[in-house]
Amino acid sequence: MYKYDEYDHAMVAARVAEFSDQVKRRLAGEITEDQFKPLRLMNGLYLQLHAYMLRVAVPYGTLDGRQMRMLAHIARKYDRDYGHFTTRQNIQYNWIKLEDAPAILEDLASVEMHAIQTSGNCIRNISSDQWAGAAADEITDPRPWAELLRQWSSFHPEFSYLPRKFKIAVIAADEDRAAMRLHDIGIQIVEKDGRHGAAFYVGGGMGRTPMIAPLIKDFVPLDDMLSYAEACLRVYNRYGRRDNIYKARIKILIHELGAEEYRRQVEEEFAHVKSLGIDPPKAEFDRIAAQFASPPLDASASDAIDRSDPDFAVWVDQNVAAHKVPGHAIVNISLKPVGSIPGDASSAQIDLMADLAEKYSHDELRVTHAQNIVLPHVRKADLHVIWQELDAAGLATPNLDLISDIIACPGLDYCSLANARSIPVAQKIATRFSDLGRQKELGELKLKISGCINACGHHHAGHIGILGVDRKGTENYQLSLGGSGAEDVSLGTITGPGFDEDGIVDAVERVTDKYLAERADGERFVDTYRRIGMAPFKEAIYG
Amino acid sequence: MVERADNQSPPQAEGWHTNGEEPAVTLDAFLSQSNATAVRLEPDEDARALIPHLDRLALIEVAFPKFRDGRGYSSARILREAGYAGELRAQGDVLVDQIAYMKRCGFDSFAPEKDLNPADVEAALARWPEHYQGAADGAVPIWKLRHG
Ligand code: HEM
Ligand code: SF4
Repeated sequence: MYKYDEYDHAMVAARVAEFSDQVKRRLAGEITEDQFKPLRLMNGLYLQLHAYMLRVAVPYGTLDGRQMRMLAHIARKYDRDYGHFTTRQNIQYNWIKLEDAPAILEDLASVEMHAIQTSGNCIRNISSDQWAGAAADEITDPRPWAELLRQWSSFHPEFSYLPRKFKIAVIAADEDRAAMRLHDIGIQIVEKDGRHGAAFYVGGGMGRTPMIAPLIKDFVPLDDMLSYAEACLRVYNRYGRRDNIYKARIKILIHELGAEEYRRQVEEEFAHVKSLGIDPPKAEFDRIAAQFASPPLDASASDAIDRSDPDFAVWVDQNVAAHKVPGHAIVNISLKPVGSIPGDASSAQIDLMADLAEKYSHDELRVTHAQNIVLPHVRKADLHVIWQELDAAGLATPNLDLISDIIACPGLDYCSLANARSIPVAQKIATRFSDLGRQKELGELKLKISGCINACGHHHAGHIGILGVDRKGTENYQLSLGGSGAEDVSLGTITGPGFDEDGIVDAVERVTDKYLAERADGERFVDTYRRIGMAPFKEAIYG
Repeated sequence: MVERADNQSPPQAEGWHTNGEEPAVTLDAFLSQSNATAVRLEPDEDARALIPHLDRLALIEVAFPKFRDGRGYSSARILREAGYAGELRAQGDVLVDQIAYMKRCGFDSFAPEKDLNPADVEAALARWPEHYQGAADGAVPIWKLRHG
């Protein structure tokens, strides 16, 4: 894992001091809320329905036990004893007092964490594959690349007042576990002539105009990556629309220019930017990469798993994934027990996960964009005791990627922009499908819910997506089918008229029944949908 | 109406220029008249249009009608990257919390519409010990400090 050196420490300390000063000036009335807003946003502080919300960055979703424990401490001391893990691999606290914010940021800084650039119209926290460094299918660990980008984008003087927020994801496997092409810039590390480089996909995003990022450059060598990113951003900063907040994302610029013309402008800018010497030498990449070296894993560890406990075996089959080193496994901890709030974890649960990471996973945890937690480096021989401890804490729900592993945004229960509640819908659907046999029968089924068109809950990318809308003052839900945020990326299509809260649960059930009736051998829900199209599902829903 | 820098109490911070000078003309006017030495660039105007004329310019004033509009940061860098060595002024909705970044992008003079507290300006400009990335202020980026 990346460890701060004196420079990183000094930068975060400076930011904490700066923000403490800004909070002080705000509390003293020296700056207006309008002037304070972009400053607090760049420090992760939103004003929500009931209180301030603080979003803490977890760069590329990686953290160690000490950091995880600090997240529990903050939940306990400054919030209501829980935190909410988000689709951007961060954690949010919903009940923060403005005057506590500087102290929280100081606590975070003591464990090399911060809330820098987790909101605002700047380059946000960089996300990545939650199985980085452990996945059997990656060509390299994407995180050193992400860390280079993190440092380059932190306090970037030219790109802190962009037309709109800017999100970057980096992966290094063909299987896309980070919704890479639904980011403003999605980078896939690829190999060419024995060298690694970055494929740049630019202009993806969700929100009210979802778009899949087109490939802008198939191979950018490591020593050009930051110049290329700088060129991409400069063209956007200069020409992205600023007249309409809903058209300000880079996806709209690229859509209006066309990918070809955007690429031409970027290439021209890149030819100039490359002469400025902003790319660090290979030695800097190597310094970073050394810190992401694989932990010492014993490849001769036993591959055997004692499956005599049937509940344990069910969990292993559903939530444990292949590790690149024999005798090891990746444990996925579901934060989606039936009836709970997706992504929420209590302080006690966060502490327990920190303990397990220290004891069994070489002190590493990951946050996933599906709002779950990962222990990336576990010996197969330890799986059973881990499962027992998780089970005792309500963290062993064996539903990874099943219909109850729902992504849901905070919705009207917390969010000032919401049209409808997301959490109760998630709870009702999970309850309707609570029978595990039924869920397993349905197989991989990604259900995602957003409480408004901003799409924080990734509904466009759901095999089944649900969008809360306001219909003449009552909460109404639109259903869409066929989206995907994975390597088979696609955007969902709306089925037709919306439903009320109970109606949407029934509609989901009619859709899944139709799938079971129609599916061919080995087809996932989304495969069947792609083969037979919308009409049969529409018929099943609206009759 | 734009307030000029010389109408306000000058903060005593480094990089704060408040000298009087001939008024800046618009980009269009500048490009069509050859004797002006000061030009004003609006956010939607292309800084690169000035590149052939940089050696006869003493002042480029970059307008920030709204602090949220960050196009002027790119304009400033582009001008400095092209070798412009004259005065580069940020004018308009320029707030204390923006000037450190503005300075990194190459601005060396500030004409805020609303007075800034000099102590705050000084604190803001002294805030950052180092910088992660290279920009237009000549600061040595952290990666270079790390690798000598
Ligand atoms: C509760 C406070 C929140 C507010 C006010 C908020 C606000 C927004 C807004 C305005 C957008 C649309 C941006 C655009 O289309 O340009 C957006 C998109 C998004 N938000 Fe949130 N959000 C909140 C919480 C969350 C949470 C909890 C998550 C993670 C679970 C999240 C993740 C995202 C994602 C992934 C997008 C889509 C990004 C894209 O458009 O490409 N947000 N949010
Ligand atoms: S999707 Fe809408 S309701 Fe949900 S968190 Fe985002 S802004 Fe709020």
